[in-house]
Amino acid sequence: MLRRFLLRRALLGVLVLWLVTLGTFLLFFVAPSDPARTLAGRQATPEQVELIRHNLGLDRPILVQYLDYLNRLIHGDLGQSYFSGESIGKLLSQDFPPTASLVIGGAILWVVIGVGAGVISATRARSLLDRVVTFLALAAVSMPTFVVGLLLLYFLFFQLSMAGAPLLPPDSYVPLTDSPGEWARHLILPWITLAMVQAASYVRLTRGSMLDILGEDYIRTARAKGVPEGRVIYRHGLRAALTPVVTQLGVDVGTLIGGVVVTESVFGLGGIGQAVVQAFVSGDLPVIMGVVVLATTAVVVANLLVDITYGLLDPRIRLT
Amino acid sequence: MLLEVENVVKHFPITTGLLVKQTIGQVSAVDGVSFDLSPGETLGLVGETGCGKSTLARCVAGLHPITSGRVRFDGDDITNLPRARMRAYRRDIQVIFQDPYGSLNPRRRVGSIIADPLVVHRVSRGTELRRTVQELMERVGLNPEHYNRFPAEFSGGQRQRIGVARALALRPRLIICDEPVSALDVSIQAQILNLLKDLQDEFGLTYLFIAHDLSVVRHISDRIAVMYLGKIVELAGADELHEHPRHPYTNALLSATAVADPDEAERRRRIILTGDVPSPIDPPSGCRFHPRCPKARERCSSEEPPPALRDHLVACHFPVEAGEDLTTSGSGGRPA
Amino acid sequence: MTLTEIRPDAVTDRTIAGRSPWQLAWARIRTDKVALVSGLTVVLLCLLALAAPLIAAWNGHDPDEQFRDTGITAQGLPIAPNGTFWFGTDRLGRDLFIRVLYGARVSLLVGVVATGLAALVGVLVGLLAGYYGGVIDTVLSRLMDVVLSFPYLIFAIAVVSIAGPSLTATIGVIAFYSWAAIARVVRGQTLSLKEREYVEAARSIGCGDLRIMFVDILPNLLAPVIVLTTLLVPAAIVFESTLSFLGLGIVPPTPSWGNLLSEAQGFYRVAYWYLGFPAATLLLTTLAFNLVGDGIRDAIDPRMERLFSRRGRRNRRDRRDRRRRRKGA
Repeated sequence: MLRRFLLRRALLGVLVLWLVTLGTFLLFFVAPSDPARTLAGRQATPEQVELIRHNLGLDRPILVQYLDYLNRLIHGDLGQSYFSGESIGKLLSQDFPPTASLVIGGAILWVVIGVGAGVISATRARSLLDRVVTFLALAAVSMPTFVVGLLLLYFLFFQLSMAGAPLLPPDSYVPLTDSPGEWARHLILPWITLAMVQAASYVRLTRGSMLDILGEDYIRTARAKGVPEGRVIYRHGLRAALTPVVTQLGVDVGTLIGGVVVTESVFGLGGIGQAVVQAFVSGDLPVIMGVVVLATTAVVVANLLVDITYGLLDPRIRLT
Repeated sequence: MLLEVENVVKHFPITTGLLVKQTIGQVSAVDGVSFDLSPGETLGLVGETGCGKSTLARCVAGLHPITSGRVRFDGDDITNLPRARMRAYRRDIQVIFQDPYGSLNPRRRVGSIIADPLVVHRVSRGTELRRTVQELMERVGLNPEHYNRFPAEFSGGQRQRIGVARALALRPRLIICDEPVSALDVSIQAQILNLLKDLQDEFGLTYLFIAHDLSVVRHISDRIAVMYLGKIVELAGADELHEHPRHPYTNALLSATAVADPDEAERRRRIILTGDVPSPIDPPSGCRFHPRCPKARERCSSEEPPPALRDHLVACHFPVEAGEDLTTSGSGGRPA
Repeated sequence: MTLTEIRPDAVTDRTIAGRSPWQLAWARIRTDKVALVSGLTVVLLCLLALAAPLIAAWNGHDPDEQFRDTGITAQGLPIAPNGTFWFGTDRLGRDLFIRVLYGARVSLLVGVVATGLAALVGVLVGLLAGYYGGVIDTVLSRLMDVVLSFPYLIFAIAVVSIAGPSLTATIGVIAFYSWAAIARVVRGQTLSLKEREYVEAARSIGCGDLRIMFVDILPNLLAPVIVLTTLLVPAAIVFESTLSFLGLGIVPPTPSWGNLLSEAQGFYRVAYWYLGFPAATLLLTTLAFNLVGDGIRDAIDPRMERLFSRRGRRNRRDRRDRRRRRKGA
């Protein structure tokens, strides 16, 4: 059962991947950017531009280029950047660690904060605490990510440094393998930024879902037969209420791998998001394609994990 | 004949699949029903919940396409007409719905709800429209000054009057009343029934009157058809049916109606049917009533009785004779 | 029985005024202080944005005028808020107060127009998908899924790299990203509304599809659409500022809150006001919109769960009263 399910989802994932690469390819050729001209510089003669175009393989029909790309992709070759000539695989392996560190660490933080606050809010619905929590959540969704980041920089980096306690650095990324302590220290502010923005919607989601579940008959039955309140909330309630949270988490982690652009650029971490913005501006198709493939794979894998988690959370859902 | 319904069948397919729909079965909601209606007549259609009477009503009104059979109105074949052509007949065929709460749009004012048919069919407009609507309201016993109120501000009985006014607006010839009083209190039921009867006399209306309660239809109907699992099992004049019910199912229904006279109630014995109504997805073979029938014999499970048609006809191999008692099962000898 | 005898049923108390559901909602929202204050804030901000040229003319500070003598320090840094420059100045010595006001014009315009467009498209698509079902629904629903799961920044970057950053491109990107959320809600509502008996009644009268969709179904799903639209306006404002921050939205010198904040990014260490005032104005606006949306939701449909509610106190009081009464009895 599980094997058939995994196989079907994997096939679906490949289909999605194929559609997305096709879409991106077409979108790129609609765009008026011309990497050959950019690469050749201003003084280049038309012949030189033509030569570069030929070398990059850009003078072939789109379909041929696309099929060629697919063929190499199947063999694990993502191609080279038009501009630096570097292999995309190597480029992504440089940019992926900061992004993954940021998203995964941030995700842990925002799930803990979001679900925790949501549960507190729901179990004390309409209390003062609930109102404070929901107001803070509302305030957080009212703020753009970069403003949150800049405010954190101002208070937790700048003011703290001025006060003679330079605990947190403002930017740059230190690989985990170099120094785990420094890695974490440099990521604390980005993590908080990401978590604050994301946690807000998780608070709303958990709170709403919890309130629905706690109103169900089986919860009343559990209470009536004398199950301790803590067990009612965590074993009976939260377990069922987590389903939409897990769905949302899958979607968020998947899409963020391809686009935590804002947080990355506020804290100058480098990473996938910044790479793709740059590639789009310069028209570096292989880089764009590489990021798209990576991001789509991340989304597909995240969704697969979500589906499996469903089975664990809710025994009623069978994987078919 | 104003309305002729001939062998009407309505199946709802049961489908599965998300992208590509596959039919894995069907619900036979209406399965070969025939009857007709003369101008000015009222035909009562009675049956339990789920017997297909409301589906039949919707098929006749052209709201559901029918699977097979014919519906003729005033001699014209109106079976599954395309919407544009059906429009012309909608002026003559109107429907009063069961739920006085659900059948009125809560966000619209009563005046505009009643005016709807007049606007859609471009009968009148402006101040004339308003006057027509207010006359209609007055005619059905509503205060015309309440023209600008919302349905929520009316009681169930008043709401059903709104529904009646809407159905009456185009001066139709046939009104299909789909359980118009089932959702109302008994005291209000009589008021609405009287209103319908008065309107029939005044405008020469023809009614197809659906109910699940025999006592409701008795007084308003000229003839009564009893439906069971998508088929008409008995069709007779209203008094005839009450005095000499011939189908065992009709007998059972009659024995279950409330009687005001205690002496009568004393004499009456209830025929308790065993079992539930079988699923219309997989109806019983032969006579559909046989699994629950006190008179059932072997033949009933294998052979389908001929359908009930005009006059007093009954779809049963072994109709109940006058004076026969069904409370003791089997072929009934009188109790001591 | 004659007609006069059935009349009593029709007589009701004449003092009951015919109040529409909207009037009832208005009556409810009038007692909601949080929503009222937020609503007033929104109105005030809109008025200030509209009046920006008048205010600029009154204090004589053009939004693009660089005050090289009074608006910038000897080191070329912005100066702090004072009597002349209420919000201080920016890196080129321009009046930040005036620029924030002008920024409000752009940000509010983008927020309202983009959301309005999204609501229009979303309602149409949702109605069509929900009402007709079948293939139309399948195609439109997949389309919504795709739009909702698309990484919006990548899309925005793609559009801007084709069309170039501009006000229209910004509005287009935001509207494109927002309509699907509305369409999905409208579709769901339509699916359930079209099964109502009054829709069947409309069909039995002979109403056409368009009339049923717009006269019978639309008014009944307007409530969630209005709530959602109100909540999408602040989201659109946040979106605009993010795009402008990344250089993909409104391009300077036209001030918008997003590009003001983007410029301020490099100055947060030396000029808190440069970051603080635009950020505070933005937050005030989006928060006010969110609270208004919340209040409208509460007023239109009291059953819907509300995010920030004063009803808790009322409920607790009711419960206490009931307990007391029971004890007393």
